[in-house]
Amino acid sequence: MAESFISLTDVRKVYRTRREEIEAIQNISIEVQAGELVSIVGPSGCGKSTLLKILAGLHPHDGGEVRIGSAAEPFDPSRDVGMVFQQPLLLKWRRILENVLLPAEILGLPMKQSRERARDLLAMVGLAGFETNYPYQLSGGMQQRAAIARALVHDPKLILMDEPFGALDALTREKMNLELMQIWRESRKTILFVTHGIQEAVFLGSHVAVMTARPARLAEYMTIDLPEKRDLAIKTQENFGEYTRRIYKLLDMD
Amino acid sequence: MTAATWRKIAIATAVHIAFVAFWWLAVILGDVPEYILPTPWLALKTLGEPNFNWVFHFTATAQEIFGGYILAVVVGVAFAMFFTWSARLDAALMPLLVTLNMIPKVAMAPLFIVWLRFGIQTNIVITFTICFFPILLNTARGLREVEPDLLDLVRALNGSRWQIFSKIQLPGALPYVFSGMKVATVLAVAGAIVGEFIQSDRGLGWFMLVTQEALNTDAMVMALMLVTLIGVVLYGSVILLERIFVVQDARVE
Repeated sequence: MAESFISLTDVRKVYRTRREEIEAIQNISIEVQAGELVSIVGPSGCGKSTLLKILAGLHPHDGGEVRIGSAAEPFDPSRDVGMVFQQPLLLKWRRILENVLLPAEILGLPMKQSRERARDLLAMVGLAGFETNYPYQLSGGMQQRAAIARALVHDPKLILMDEPFGALDALTREKMNLELMQIWRESRKTILFVTHGIQEAVFLGSHVAVMTARPARLAEYMTIDLPEKRDLAIKTQENFGEYTRRIYKLLDMD
Repeated sequence: MTAATWRKIAIATAVHIAFVAFWWLAVILGDVPEYILPTPWLALKTLGEPNFNWVFHFTATAQEIFGGYILAVVVGVAFAMFFTWSARLDAALMPLLVTLNMIPKVAMAPLFIVWLRFGIQTNIVITFTICFFPILLNTARGLREVEPDLLDLVRALNGSRWQIFSKIQLPGALPYVFSGMKVATVLAVAGAIVGEFIQSDRGLGWFMLVTQEALNTDAMVMALMLVTLIGVVLYGSVILLERIFVVQDARVE
C-alpha cells in the first residue's frame, strides 16, 4: 500500500488544570489515505474537536507522532487546510463572494483567479446568483454551503469539518449530506468529518473512527464497505444497519 | 426607500406635531401664565429679537458639542484599538478606566475651568470627557468579541495579527463603535451645557441663565429647543453614517 496521507501514531493530548491532568486524547493511531472521507463519531467531550485542532496545527500534541502529507501529496500546513465549523461564521459585513474569498486574501493568492474559482465553487454548492447577497439574506443551510465553498477556495488538500451540519434541521441536514458526498466525489479532497450523528457518520464515511469518552480513545476504526456513490436509500440496507448497530454498541448505547 | 420606511417617517412626524399641539393646547386651555410656560409660538417669536444674539450663542454651543464629540470618537476609538492590541496594556489600564468612568464627569467641570479658564475650548474638553468613556468601552468590547472558531480559521492559514485585526476585529467592532457613539450623543449635549452653566460668557446654556434672571421664559424655552435641535442633528448624522457603513444585520440596536 502507498504511504498514507495522514498518519497518526499514539497521539496524546493532555489538559492540565491546577489539580489534575485530564487526558483529552489517549493514544490514537489512524492512517488516512489521500482522497478518503473519514467520519469521526463519538459522544461530546471525547476529544473529537481537539483532534481536528491538532491536525489544523492549532494545538500542539503531547505525545506520539502526527504526520500529514506524503511524497505523492506534499502538505503545506499553512495553506492546505480548509475548515468548516458548526456555525457558518460568515462575516456579516461581507457579501457572499467576498466571504468565500477570505482564505485567498489571507494567503495572498492572486485575486483574479481566486474570484473565478470562488464563483465556480459557489455554483458547485448551489449558490450561483447569491454572490452579492449578504449572509443574513441566506438561510442557515445556504450559509453553511457558503462556508464549505470558503473552505475550498484556496484548494487545500485537507478539509476539516467540525459538526458542520449540527445546527441544521433534520431535512436540510440530509440534503447537505448528499451534497457533501457529491462535492467530495468531484473534488477528491481528503475530508475529516466530526459528527454526533451515527447515521451521518456511516452514510458519509469511507471509514468511521469511533471514539469513546473517558478515557478518550479510539474504540474502533471501521471501514465502511458501501458503494462510493451513495443515495439515501442506502440507509435502509442491511449492512448500513449493521454498521450503525455496531457503533451504538461500541458507544454502549444498545 | 420602501413603503414601510415612509410609513415610519410619517408616524414619527405626526407624533412630533401632535406633541407640539398638545403643548400649545395645554398652555391655552390650562391658562398657564407666560412666565411659567409660553406657547410654542411665543417661544418661536423670540428668534426675531436681535438683542438675543441667537446665531452667536447657537454657534458657540454647536462648536462645543460637535468639537468635544468628534474628539471623543477619535481618541476613544484609538485608545480602544491600542488596548486591544496589547493584552498587558488592557489588563493594566482597563480597571483604572472603569474606576475613572465612575467619576461624575459633570463634577469635573469646575476643575477644568480652574485649570483651563472658561471658554469654548474648556467646554469642548468637558464634552470630550463625558463622551469618551462610552465610546472607548463599547469599541473595546466590540474588538474583543470575536468568534474563537473564526480566529482558528484565520490562524490555521497562518494569518497575521494585522490580518485578524483589519479583516475581522475592526469591521466586526464597527457596530459597537456606533452603539457607543449613539449613547455619547446625549451626553455630549449635556456636557456642553453644564460647562456653560458653571462659567461662560456665551452659548445657549449661558444664555438660559441670563434670560432666567429676567424671567424671559419664552427665550429660555427657545434656547432649550435649539440645544435639542443640535442634539438631534448630531444623532441624525450618526444614524446616517451607521446606515452607510454598517450592514443591516450587524447593527446593534
